[in-house]
Amino acid sequence: MTDTTLNAAAGLPEIDERSLGMRIKTQVKHIRYVLTSNPVTLLAFTLFVMIVILGIFGPLIAPYDPLQTNASIALQPPSWSHWFGTDQLGRDVLSRVIVATRLDLLISVCAVAISFAAGSVVGSIAGYYGGWFDKISGRFIDTIMAFPLFVLAMGIVAALGNTVENIVYATAIINLPFYARVARAEVNIRRNAGFVQAAKLSGNSDARVLACHIFPNALPPMMVQISLNMGWAILNAAGLSFIGLGVRPPTPEWGIMVAEGANFIVSGEWWMAIFPGAALMLAVFTFNLLGDGLRDIVDPRQRT
Amino acid sequence: MAAPTSRLGTIARRLGQALPALFGVIVVTFLLTRALPGDPAAYFAGPAADEKSIAQIRESLGLDRPLPEQFLLYLKDLAQGKMGNSISTGQPVAEELVRRLPASLELTFFALLLSLAIAVPMGVLAATHPGKPIDHICRFIVTAGVSLPTFFTGLALVFVFYYLLGWAPSPLGRLDFAYVSPPTVTGFYVIDALLIGDFETAGAALAQLTLPAITLALFTLAPLARMTRASMLQVLSSEFIRTARAAGLSGATVLGTYAFRNAVLPVITTLGMVFSFTLGANVLVEKVFAWPGIGSYAVEALVVSDYAAVQGFVLSMAVLFVALNLVIDILYTLIDPRIQLDD
Amino acid sequence: MDRRKFIKTAGATALSANVLPFLKFSTAEAAPAGTAVVVIGQTLNSLDLHRKGTNRPSYQISVNCYDRLVSFGTKKMPDGSLSYDYSVLKPDLAESWELTADGKSLIFKLRADAVFSDGSSVTAEDVKWSLDRAVSLGGFPAVQMKAGSLIKPEQFVAVDEKTFKIDLIRPSKLTLPDLAVPVPFIINSKVAKKHATKDDPWATEYLHRNVAGSGAYKVTRWDPGQQLVYERNDKWTSGPLPGVKRVIVREVPSGATRRALIERGDVDMSFGVSDKDAKELAEKKGVSVVATPIENCIYCLCPNLAFEPFQDKKVRQAVAFTVPYEEIFKVAAYGQGVPMWGGKAASPADISWPQPFPYSTNIEKAKALLAETKYKDGFEVPLSINLSLASWMEPAALLIQEGLAKVGIKTTIEKIPGANWRSQALVEKKLPLHLENFGGWLNYPDYYFFWAYLKGHLFNSSNYDNPEVAKLVDETLHMEVSDPAYEPKIKRLLEIAFDDVPRIPLWQPTLNSAMSTKLTGYEYWFHRQLDARKLGKVGA
Repeated sequence: MTDTTLNAAAGLPEIDERSLGMRIKTQVKHIRYVLTSNPVTLLAFTLFVMIVILGIFGPLIAPYDPLQTNASIALQPPSWSHWFGTDQLGRDVLSRVIVATRLDLLISVCAVAISFAAGSVVGSIAGYYGGWFDKISGRFIDTIMAFPLFVLAMGIVAALGNTVENIVYATAIINLPFYARVARAEVNIRRNAGFVQAAKLSGNSDARVLACHIFPNALPPMMVQISLNMGWAILNAAGLSFIGLGVRPPTPEWGIMVAEGANFIVSGEWWMAIFPGAALMLAVFTFNLLGDGLRDIVDPRQRT
Repeated sequence: MAAPTSRLGTIARRLGQALPALFGVIVVTFLLTRALPGDPAAYFAGPAADEKSIAQIRESLGLDRPLPEQFLLYLKDLAQGKMGNSISTGQPVAEELVRRLPASLELTFFALLLSLAIAVPMGVLAATHPGKPIDHICRFIVTAGVSLPTFFTGLALVFVFYYLLGWAPSPLGRLDFAYVSPPTVTGFYVIDALLIGDFETAGAALAQLTLPAITLALFTLAPLARMTRASMLQVLSSEFIRTARAAGLSGATVLGTYAFRNAVLPVITTLGMVFSFTLGANVLVEKVFAWPGIGSYAVEALVVSDYAAVQGFVLSMAVLFVALNLVIDILYTLIDPRIQLDD
Repeated sequence: MDRRKFIKTAGATALSANVLPFLKFSTAEAAPAGTAVVVIGQTLNSLDLHRKGTNRPSYQISVNCYDRLVSFGTKKMPDGSLSYDYSVLKPDLAESWELTADGKSLIFKLRADAVFSDGSSVTAEDVKWSLDRAVSLGGFPAVQMKAGSLIKPEQFVAVDEKTFKIDLIRPSKLTLPDLAVPVPFIINSKVAKKHATKDDPWATEYLHRNVAGSGAYKVTRWDPGQQLVYERNDKWTSGPLPGVKRVIVREVPSGATRRALIERGDVDMSFGVSDKDAKELAEKKGVSVVATPIENCIYCLCPNLAFEPFQDKKVRQAVAFTVPYEEIFKVAAYGQGVPMWGGKAASPADISWPQPFPYSTNIEKAKALLAETKYKDGFEVPLSINLSLASWMEPAALLIQEGLAKVGIKTTIEKIPGANWRSQALVEKKLPLHLENFGGWLNYPDYYFFWAYLKGHLFNSSNYDNPEVAKLVDETLHMEVSDPAYEPKIKRLLEIAFDDVPRIPLWQPTLNSAMSTKLTGYEYWFHRQLDARKLGKVGA
């Protein structure tokens, strides 16, 4: 959400200029320290691994075909044969929840990857060179920021059509400003730093200096943002589903399952919404906790 | 402190800086709405209209002209304060927005108050016990809150507190149908009802507010609690607190008088950002609770390709956003005179 | 019950200053028994049906706040509920009417005691102004009027204060019933003209926000997007006064919330509930559900002939044999409605309409039919559904998708937002395979075919074109049903529809409403909007 800008506002972590090997060594030590000292982060890492496994092997693990309808067993409550019950078309909710992991993960990973890549490039160039590019990209980013973001995402998906790709693009666009701003800020304060001057003097091109010497310093704060954004991307897709702009049926996706199931809660078929809702929450929760954990690793002072 | 004149000057300059972004919003929204599938003329013509009557309407709506011309016409209307008529509700967009904005604002304000009331003590508590179980519990709670889709939380709350327990009033918007809305002064029902001394209506309006506000508050706990904790930690580790402690001041005095007051600035910035974010994000909550705010209006408008309504909504949100940031900046200088606006 | 008391307030909101201002509800007046609260899922967008862009839910204003020249009777359905009766035309504002001897004009005598809600008398001048308006403003009202052969103001003549004449352009069985639909409602022209301007001679701006009629109710408050408050018009002369003094129509978009409200007894009626809720609410205590099959309406699967494979009749028939009808009816309609599959013979035994088509699920037959075409290995086609009707379209589409997959026809499901649906499915007619829900107001098969089977007509979203069908419809459309030529021609029409299947019927849907058992007088109408004119409350 708004965390990156906060990061930028609340002071920037300084990366020291020690040798790479030593840096990695201390980092690993620090990571181990953070993990063992903070049970919540450890839990988050465990959950994350589980989600990734489900994402990769989901279709093999699922007990039933997630698309197979069977009207004769529609809307059955959880039982031994269907742990999470069945939906209005008699599809197995457990299988759908498991198989949906991959798509949800994919949506969030792709969306965040695109906004990260595009945001870093735009932000780094703007921060390094300044000038007209900085001005124009700055205005462009201000424009996106001035939008009510969820409505912008809705508009994009409504205009381009509700396919998975468009949901990814929409999510990427509304996340772009955060990365661009962080990258710009991090690059900007270092462009005249001693190590940059040194790299330049030793004959490196601007692009090389930017990519290999300055930008890596902007990575740690961005990693935190990535993790938080992954969770948010999932919520965003779920919200789009709720107003009917989500993934196409019959593809299983958590958001659309919750949105559909929500209509059945009052009539007593709670399992259709609760289980995918729990899966969705767990995933977002994991990414958020992971973000916090990463923040600990990057900058212990900032920890929440 | 900066002289008043120069402060006015900087405010004007800040506004000037915001103008390009606003113009960008106008352009992007215009293009986006034109890219929406569906033909408002066909919708406007109603069921059973034929090609000819649709073409007629297209002409009367000005949709048959080239895009740049349509855009100029739109700008001209905007300059005169006209936002056009909404197709779906048949009302002038400006009028609708003015009528609905208080509903959204009342909900958002109330939700943020609620959120602050929970998040700030939690943040302080966590900051004073860093690494302790209470810190982890706080973190766990706020993260869980922000991990739930708001529409899901809203529906679950309605199910439990209205349907099952019957504690909450029926989720029918701002006031139960048995009440008449109070005369408009602020547009906030609770305040307006209190102004005329009608406590029963105020109570009813407050009751309607509770569930949607809790839903939104759960979602906004995280950034506020996080920021409170982080800035408290920073302040608590600073020199002057140590000095104050060393001077023998009690823990409560140090915390309340010195630490918290200094930690509150970043929380206000966060609050501003959370506010504008929430105002945009409560579209889903409004839909669940039949809340007659601008968010639910925008969703409906977008789904039916209601150009004028979408444009009006986005534009007013953008203006609100810019204004809010300005207010925060000014607040900032008031709280901490060392900060100048023009950096 | 405290919550339900109306509170005295100094004045009503200035929020909707354009709606009638300054309501003062005293506690006694607003006794719960005198008020009925109805929730609906949609939004009313105008008080004037003739205005461009007025949506369907707004048609209830015409029903409840205005009268027409004539109206339909009322009948009891087998389940004891009330329905309008298409076979009986009864007086509304006109006390009598007759065809002139030359058969070229209809003469209406207006009731002497008929008055508008402001007390002024209803005159032939008002009738003429209103009907002129219905044909002059264009859009849907003009199209609907045209269906009754009412096309231009010159046809309408105010003979004297209480005598009104319509000159017919052709004798048609549709003219009189078309005067009883919501479109030709009678407006108080004296009031309307006061608010007419040069640019707006029909006072559309005024009537968009105000009601000037003689109907059973007045609108005392309208908060667009939220609620509408009807108050009984005690001067109403066209029928017995409604049993409730006030009806509050609240717009609640969430279906789950509407269900919770009716189930908990916080509202008196939920108008238009889903099939699932209808089935389940009927078993709850204190709630009664009325499900009425919607006349002249069929939910269909439409293969579009503009899409090449569907030009082959055998492909369309093959598709009709793959549809898992029973399952769809069970899962998408929860068994509410009338099956439209499994007909016995290739030609119809009678002209009842709608009636089942001679198809049922038979994958072998479908495969055999497909094998006779050049698409024996199947093809790919998008299956489009209307997002605002997703509650039945989505499950139906998923099952159809499964069925089609069995014969090698691969489908992807496209959800199209409600507003875009109109232009894509009906105006541009470009959806290759889609679900459709047309229902005709005037209850004749020829009327249905006129809209849904003729080339270029709005609801023919299949782009079907058959000269014989066109000729048969043209011959039967205005023909009296008693004409001996009528039945054989309709039989032939049905036979062609059975064989050609440009529309594959799934089932005839029902209009469901759930209400408190204390509420009485709910009546089903073909226009599928709330008719509050007979509502009453036990113990009121």
